[in-house]
Order: sequence, then structure tokens, then C-alpha cells
Amino acid sequence: MRHVISVLVENEFGVLSRISGLFSGRGFNIESLCVAETIDPNVSQMTIVTRGSDEIVEQITKQLRKLVTVIKVTDFTGTDFINREMVLIKVKATEGTRAEILSIADIFRAKIVDVSPKTYTVELTGDENKISAIIELFRPIGIIDLVRTGEIAIARSDKSVKTRK
Amino acid sequence: MKLTGAEIFVESLKKEGVDTVFGFPGGAVIHIYDKLLNDNEITHYLTRHEQAAVHAADGYARSTGKVGVCLVTSGPGATNTVTGIATAYMDSIPIVVFTGQVPTALIGNDAFQEADIVGITRPCTKHNYLVKDVKELPRIIKEAFHLASTGRPGPILIDMPKDVIMAAAKFEYPEKYQMRSYNPTMEGHPGQIQKAIKAIHKAKKPVIYAGGGVILSNAAKELTKLAKDLNIPVTTTLMGLGGFPGTDPLFMGMLGMHGTYAANMAVSHSDLLIAIGARFDDRVTGRIDDFAPDAKMIHIDIDPTSISKNIPVDIPIVGDVKRVLKKMFKMMKDEKPAKKDPYKAWRKEVENWETDHALGYKHTKVKIKPQYVVERLCELTKGDAIISTEVGQNQMWAAQFYKFNHPRNFLTSGGLGTMGYGFPAAIGAQIAYPKKHVIDIAGDGSIQMNIQELATVKQYRLPVKIAILNNGFLGMVRQWQELFFDKRYSSTCLEVAPDFVKLAEAYGLVGLRAETVADVDPVIKEALKTKCAVVMDFVVDREENIYPMVPSGASLREMLLV
Repeated sequence: MRHVISVLVENEFGVLSRISGLFSGRGFNIESLCVAETIDPNVSQMTIVTRGSDEIVEQITKQLRKLVTVIKVTDFTGTDFINREMVLIKVKATEGTRAEILSIADIFRAKIVDVSPKTYTVELTGDENKISAIIELFRPIGIIDLVRTGEIAIARSDKSVKTRK
Repeated sequence: MKLTGAEIFVESLKKEGVDTVFGFPGGAVIHIYDKLLNDNEITHYLTRHEQAAVHAADGYARSTGKVGVCLVTSGPGATNTVTGIATAYMDSIPIVVFTGQVPTALIGNDAFQEADIVGITRPCTKHNYLVKDVKELPRIIKEAFHLASTGRPGPILIDMPKDVIMAAAKFEYPEKYQMRSYNPTMEGHPGQIQKAIKAIHKAKKPVIYAGGGVILSNAAKELTKLAKDLNIPVTTTLMGLGGFPGTDPLFMGMLGMHGTYAANMAVSHSDLLIAIGARFDDRVTGRIDDFAPDAKMIHIDIDPTSISKNIPVDIPIVGDVKRVLKKMFKMMKDEKPAKKDPYKAWRKEVENWETDHALGYKHTKVKIKPQYVVERLCELTKGDAIISTEVGQNQMWAAQFYKFNHPRNFLTSGGLGTMGYGFPAAIGAQIAYPKKHVIDIAGDGSIQMNIQELATVKQYRLPVKIAILNNGFLGMVRQWQELFFDKRYSSTCLEVAPDFVKLAEAYGLVGLRAETVADVDPVIKEALKTKCAVVMDFVVDREENIYPMVPSGASLREMLLV
């Protein structure tokens, strides 16, 4: 099953390799990993998307908590949360496809961020399903380049990722 | 007044109560070595290889319970510590390893004797540090000793660039550590303990399965009380030996691949397994789906990742073994078992297994059996020596035939299985206990992996005794080849070996050889009397095997017996 795990870590040198090393060393899978500073500059937040059985994900969260630089681990799966990813897609544009690209972008509320005689570059934010959907629509038209950020997530309502393990 | 990084290092160690450091000098740490030269409080022991320095710090830590300390230079000095660090990591041993590093400005430039030791040791340390500013050094040392010795203990590495060692700063050793991200759970959850007590009272065939956590938590007394109060048979892992008296009638011996018939049968037939400070290692469980198939599982461990890692547990209790057991005793007072000694019938069953297939071997009149050597060592030291081992058959024979009645008397590389561990570990233990008999039970293969340390025991006049069970083979691998590869002895025959007696003499030590059964006692007695280190070369039956044996991948009840 797919799990979105949020990890608060001390914002210090080497912490990313501690986390990624843990995953590779123990054979856990990483689908995506996003990391950036939080409102407290001493703390970074990582959002890791992983897949595994319940036992494996339990091991993943326990092993993450065991790392000395990890402050807090939250598995969002099964809770009420919002997840977003951004994608930049460079689509091949010809006389016959320009209108179609624009209308797809419009339907998805995507933005055209760059235009050239032969391409459109589209920016889209959304959850995994929305991103996959637009990719599937652009694929037959011709995707020249595609870059995804990986997923970030936040709890809904007043719940917060507090600074306790 | 300002101190240099080197001085801060020395003063910080003193604040941590360190009086013993094992190490090997080099360019990056030369300023620290200069400060150590005339220091009255800290004694530095020069090993002949950095790996041995770490093992010695590890042996010191295991035998005393204190944090072992090791100091080496950058580059190869640092990389040579990796096996020692990984050994300590797998067995959760508290050590702090200090490595020198090239100056900060050169890091990443492929400088002379540069190695990214923080990167290299990340997966085999509990935590590690690169000190970027001399002002951070006291805090980092404070944290390192705290991390090494608390929670599930383990090795910590501190990498110190040369410019940091030379820079000056005001020295203030922090009174307290501040780590919001490190809070090991010490106290067991009372509700879980209550459940465990209920399960124990309900069980008909309980078994206590105790591991190294009992030793690390200094809970041998509590474990013994638990078992004796309730009359529950006990088995321990290799790491747990000495956590329960080896001569007690409730003790079934070790379990697992080379465990006793009784211990393995008892676990296989038990209806309640009480795992205490153990981690269900594959060498213990055998085939996992047939491990204690009918048993409910209680698991007391300080490390949540150990719980339900290999085997699902019914009643997990996260906490320090000693504290959990103490709490359990208190809570048990209110809850009495239904009848007196409810496990009597079960113990009778266990006793029958014990008499059916007791640990044993075919004694011969002339040829020395390795088991006999270990038995005689046990007898002649009254079971009171500190025993270290190498890895392989020597280790398993030591575990089976030396009866450990006290914790911290058995030093062995259980998790990583490091050949070459025993001799340097014995050095660390001998330094901690100058008056005790410290004996490394070795094989002729393993001992050669750190034999250069004969110079160390000579230099510091350490009376370490080495008992080589010399069969001219890498015996454990040879045994596997005999049993599973049709006796195709690929690279396991040590066709060339030194004359160990002459080798000892070359280092200015004493070498003794026993070639027949009649020689064994005189050689051991002579060695124990001798004030310096002695190498005892026991020429043993070459193709003796270690039994019982659960073949790799088989269930615990599928044992090959003598």
C-alpha cells in the first residue's frame, strides 16, 4: 500500500543522507522524497512517499524514529490530509494541437508558463491522480520533457505535525 | 582562558570519567597525542592496528559496562576502525570512536589520508558527528557519551578536522545535553506489563528467552529472580550468556543454530515465549514460520524496531529490561498464580529432553577434543574467568562448554561475527581487570586476523591467555562444506600456519603446546600461573564438528545431533 510519511528532522548537514541511507540500506522503497526548511529554520520537513505491507511501513516509521536527528514521524495514510505535487510538462505544439493543449490546460486549471514556436510548457499542481491524468492526456500529443517535484502533504483542519516523536 | 581543540578533547574526556583510551596516532591527531603524552589521568594504550583499538575499547566496554574510547587518525586510520565499529553496532556496545580528519578547507579535495568516515560509518553507528567548529566539541562529546550509553547502546563516531583540533576556544563543559529528538522509552507500559503477567499465569509451558539486552541493562539479577520465583526454564542467546547462571538447573543452555536439544525443543513446544532483551536473530529462530509455532509472545526490549521485526509479537513491552522487570515484580505481588508451581509437569518434559540429548562429544584417550579443552579451562578457572572468543567453531564450543555464572564475563562478536575480535577484546578486558584471568578462546584461523596484538600485550605486560583450538582448518566453514558440499574443502584448509609457540616467543612471550589429552591440564595450569601473556596451542582433532546443528533454513526441531 502507498504511504505518505512526513518526517521532521534537525536541519543539519548530512541528515538527508541518513534518511536516504536508511531506506537503501534496509531495502525500503522511496517513490518520492521532498525536503525543505520549515517555519523554524532549525527544522526541516521531509515528505516521503513509500510503498509496502503494513509490517514494512511499521518498520520504516520505527526505524525513522530511531535516527537521532529525527524529531517526529507522521504516517498520513488513513488520516485526513492534503497532498500536492507540482509538475512542469513541455508539450510538442503544432498547428493542429495548440488549441487542444490550451483547452486541456484550462480544464485542469494548469498554467502555461512558457511558449515557443514548437512547444508549450505547462505547470500544474495537484494530487497524484490529477497529475497522472494530465500526463495521460498530453502523452498522445507528445511530451518532450517532464519534471515532477514529488509529493508534499499537510494535515487538514487544526491538526499539526508537532515537535514530538 | 582558551584551550585548543586537543586540550578540550582531553578535558572533556576527563569530565566523562574516561581514564583509558585505545588508539593509534597519525598526522591528523598528532596534537592530541602530544597532550596525552604527559597526562596523569588518562592512559593511552597503543594497539598495533586500529581495528584492534576499537575491539579493545569494545571489550573494555562489555566487561565493565562503561563507555569504551578509541582514538585514531584520518584516512586509513579511520577506515580501519569500520569493522570494529560495525561489530559494536550489531551487539549494541557503547563506544565512542574519535577520528582525525584533514583540515576543514581540504575536506572533499581528495587530500592525503582523507576519507569520508562520517559517510562510511553512517549505517554502522548509532550516530556520528563531524565537528566543524571547536566551540561545538564539548557539546558533541557530551552528547556522544550520552547517546552511546543510553537507550539501546551503540557506537558513536566523532570526526575532528585537524584545524578544529588546533583552534582555540573557551572551554565550558555542558552540564546537561539537550536533544529534543532523542528520548528512549525506559519505563514499560503498565497495561502491557499487566497483560504479560496474566499471560504468564495462564501459560502451561512458558520459556524465558533472554538476550544481550539483559547484560546491557545490568538486569542479570532481575532475570534470575523472575525465573526462580516462577520456576520457568531459561534459555539465552549467545549474547545473553551469563545473564542467567549457567549451572542453574533451570538453565537449558543456549538456543538456536548451535543451541542445546532441550532449549530448542522447549522453545518449539512452548505455549508462551518470554523474550527479554533479545531480537529474534535468524541464527536463533531457524526457519521463521516454525519458530515457537504454538507460543504466545511477550517481548521486552528497549528498541521498538526490534519488536515484531522478524516475528509478530502478542504483548510488546518497550522499555529498559531492568526497569520493566522491577515493575513486573511489584505488580506481580498483587496477582498470584492459580496454583503453586504450575509449570512442574512442563519442567519434567524439559528435563527429559535434557537427559535424552545432553551436550556432549566422544571423548578420546589421546587425541584432544576441542570441547575437552574448553571444559578444562572452565574447570581450572572455576568458571570465573573472562572469556573472549573469535568466531566460528571456537566461539560455539566456548559458548556451549564454558558455564558462565556471571554477566560481562563472556565477550564475543555475536551479530557481526567478526573473526579477529577475541584477542583485542581480551586486551580491553584485561586492562579493566588486571587481576582476573582473561582468556581468548581462539581458532588457528581467527587468531591470525589480529595476531599483531601480541606486541601490545608484551608492551603493557598484560597477562592475557590465548587458547588456540588448532585444527588447521577454518573449521566452521569446513564443517558446512563437509555436511552440505560433499566434503569439497574449498579454501578452508590452512596449509601454512606459523608455529604459534615460536611466534609467542618471538614477541618475548610464552608459548605452550598440548598434543595429547595428557598435556591439556599441565598446559592450562602452567599458563594460568604465568605472569605474562601465554599462547596455548592445543592441537585438536581436525575434523571435529559442532553439534547440535540446525542447518541454515531449517526449523529449530530439525537438529543434527552428535
